[in-house]
Amino acid sequence: MKKKNQDKREENIDQSQKKSLWHEIIKARWPYFFVSPFYFLFLIFGAFPLVFSFILSFTAWKGTGPLVFNNFNNYKLILSDKVFWQSMENGLILFFMYVPFQTLLACVLAVILNSKRVKWFKFFRTVIFMPYISSMIAAGFVFQLLFGSRNGLFNSILGFFTIPPIPWLDSVWGARFALCALIIWAWLGYNMVIILAGLQTISSELTEAAMIDGANPAQAFFLITIPLLRPVILFCVITSTIGSFNLFGELMSLFHATGGVGPLNAVITPLLAVFGQAFHNFKLGYASTQAYVYFLLIFMVALLQLRFFNKEVD
Amino acid sequence: MNKKITRLLVDILLYGFLIVISLYMILPFVWMISSSLKPENEIFSIPPIIISKNMTLEAYKTVVVDGNILRILLNTFIVAAGATIARLFFCSLGGFGFAKYKFIGKGPLFAILVATLVVPFSVTLIPLFVIMAKLKWTNTFLPLIIPGAASAFGIFFMRQYISTINNELLDSARIDGAGEFTIFLRIILPIVSPGMTSLGLIFFMGAWNDFLWPLVILKKPDLFTLPIAINQMIQSMIGRPVYSQQMAAAVISIIPLLIIFLVFQRRFVEGITAGAVKG
Repeated sequence: MKKKNQDKREENIDQSQKKSLWHEIIKARWPYFFVSPFYFLFLIFGAFPLVFSFILSFTAWKGTGPLVFNNFNNYKLILSDKVFWQSMENGLILFFMYVPFQTLLACVLAVILNSKRVKWFKFFRTVIFMPYISSMIAAGFVFQLLFGSRNGLFNSILGFFTIPPIPWLDSVWGARFALCALIIWAWLGYNMVIILAGLQTISSELTEAAMIDGANPAQAFFLITIPLLRPVILFCVITSTIGSFNLFGELMSLFHATGGVGPLNAVITPLLAVFGQAFHNFKLGYASTQAYVYFLLIFMVALLQLRFFNKEVD
Repeated sequence: MNKKITRLLVDILLYGFLIVISLYMILPFVWMISSSLKPENEIFSIPPIIISKNMTLEAYKTVVVDGNILRILLNTFIVAAGATIARLFFCSLGGFGFAKYKFIGKGPLFAILVATLVVPFSVTLIPLFVIMAKLKWTNTFLPLIIPGAASAFGIFFMRQYISTINNELLDSARIDGAGEFTIFLRIILPIVSPGMTSLGLIFFMGAWNDFLWPLVILKKPDLFTLPIAINQMIQSMIGRPVYSQQMAAAVISIIPLLIIFLVFQRRFVEGITAGAVKG
C-alpha cells in the first residue's frame, strides 16, 4: 500500500516534470519557430534523400517500377568498376598536382600583399580574386580556346618559337595539366583572400621579432607565419580536396567533346561518374551505390587530413 | 648603397611576381572578350591578334536575336534573386534563433545543422531528382529555390553575426511590448544588413553560376539559365563551332556578376572569409 502510494507520487512528479518540460517548450516556442524551417526542409530534401539513396544502393532500380533488392550485387560490381576507381584516382592525382602548389602560392601572395611593402594592394587583390566569380562553364570554354591542341593560343605562341604543338586536351597528362591551370586560375584568389584574412588576425610582431633575432624572411615565413596559419590552411586544403573530387561544370565545358571525362577518362570525377550512371544510363540504383562509396571514402580522406594537421601541432 | 640595390632588386622581384600572376588572371578575360569581337578566322591566327581592325558586334547580335539570350538572362536573374531572398530570410531567422535564445535541444539541433554540411550533393542528387519528378516540379524554378531555402552555412554565418548584437537592445524592446518576430524584423534585420549583403552576394553568385542541379531540372530551352544555355550552345555546335558566339554568350554571363563584384567587393570578400577564419 505504502509502496503503491509512493509509486503514484513518483508518477505524479514525473508527470508534473513532463508537464513543465512541455510548458517550457511552449513558453519558449519562438526559437523553435525560427530554427524550424531548416529542419523541415532538411527532413524532406536532405534526410529522406539520404535514406532513399541508401536503399536504392541495394537495388537495380531504373526510375520506374518496384524496388527489388539485389543484395550486395552493386557493391560487388563497384569493386571491379574500373571507371569508378579511375575517378577516385583522378581526384587523388589532381589533389597532388595542384593543392600543395596552389596553397603555397596563395600563402606567398597573401604574405606579400599583407606586408606594407607593396603598393596597389587593392588592385592586385581584386585582379587575382576576380576569376572566382566567373561561371565555370564560361571559363572552361575560354580555356579550351587557350589550350586547344590544333590552334589554341598557347600552342600558337609555342609555334611562334618553333616548338611543336602539345596535345593539351587530347592526352592524359596534358588534359590534367590544363584542368589544373583552370582550377588554379579560378580558385587561387579565393584561397589567397582567406589566408589574407587569417594573416590579419595574427600579429606581425612575432615575425618582426624573429627577423630582429636574425631570421631571414624565408625562415620567418616557414617557421612562424605558416604554423600560425595552420587552421586557415587546413580549411583551404580540405575545401580544395573535396572540390577536386566534385569537379563537374568545368569538365563539361573544357572536355565537352568527350562528355566531360577527358581522353581515356583522364579527368573523370566521382560526381561525373554518378551523373553519367544516373542520367545517361538510368542506373539509379548503381549510381547511388557509387555515391555512397564515394561519400564514405571522401569522409575518411577529410578525417585523415584533419589528423595529419593536428599531429603537426604537437 | 648596397642596401639600396638589394631593396630595389627585391622590389623588382616582388612586383614582377605579382604582375605575372595578375596577367595570368586577366588573360582569359581578355581572350574571351577579344574572341567574341573578332571574325572567326582571326581567332586562331598566328601570331595571335588581340585587337583587330575587323572587330564587330555581329556575334552579340546573333546571340541576342537568335539565341534568345535576354530571356535567358531574365530566367537566371529570377532564379538567383528568388533563391537569394528566400535564403537570406530563413538563414537570418534561424541564425537569430540560435544566437539569442536558450532552448531545450539547442545543442543537438545545432550539431545536426553542422553535420549536414559534410553530406556531398552527389549522394542526395538522385533521390532529389525523383522527388522533383513526383512533385511535377521539373521544368519549374521551384527546385532551384525551395530545397536550399535554409542553408546550414548561411544559418551558421548569421548566428555568428547576430551573436555580436547587444542583448539589452532586445530586452528593452521586449519591455516596450514588442513580440519576438517584431524584434527580428524591426531590430535584428536592420542591424545585420551588412552581413546579409555579404551572404546575399555569395548566394546570388552561387545561384547565378549553378550548373549541375539546373541541368538536371530544366529541359525546356525557354527556362534555361545562363550556364545551361551556354552548355547547350556548346553541345549543339560540336563539329561546327562558332567560337565568337560562344564567347559572346560567356561574356554576357560574366558581366553582371563582374559589375556586382566590383561595386560590393569589400562585402563580398567579408562574406567569403568570415566562415573560414572564424569557423
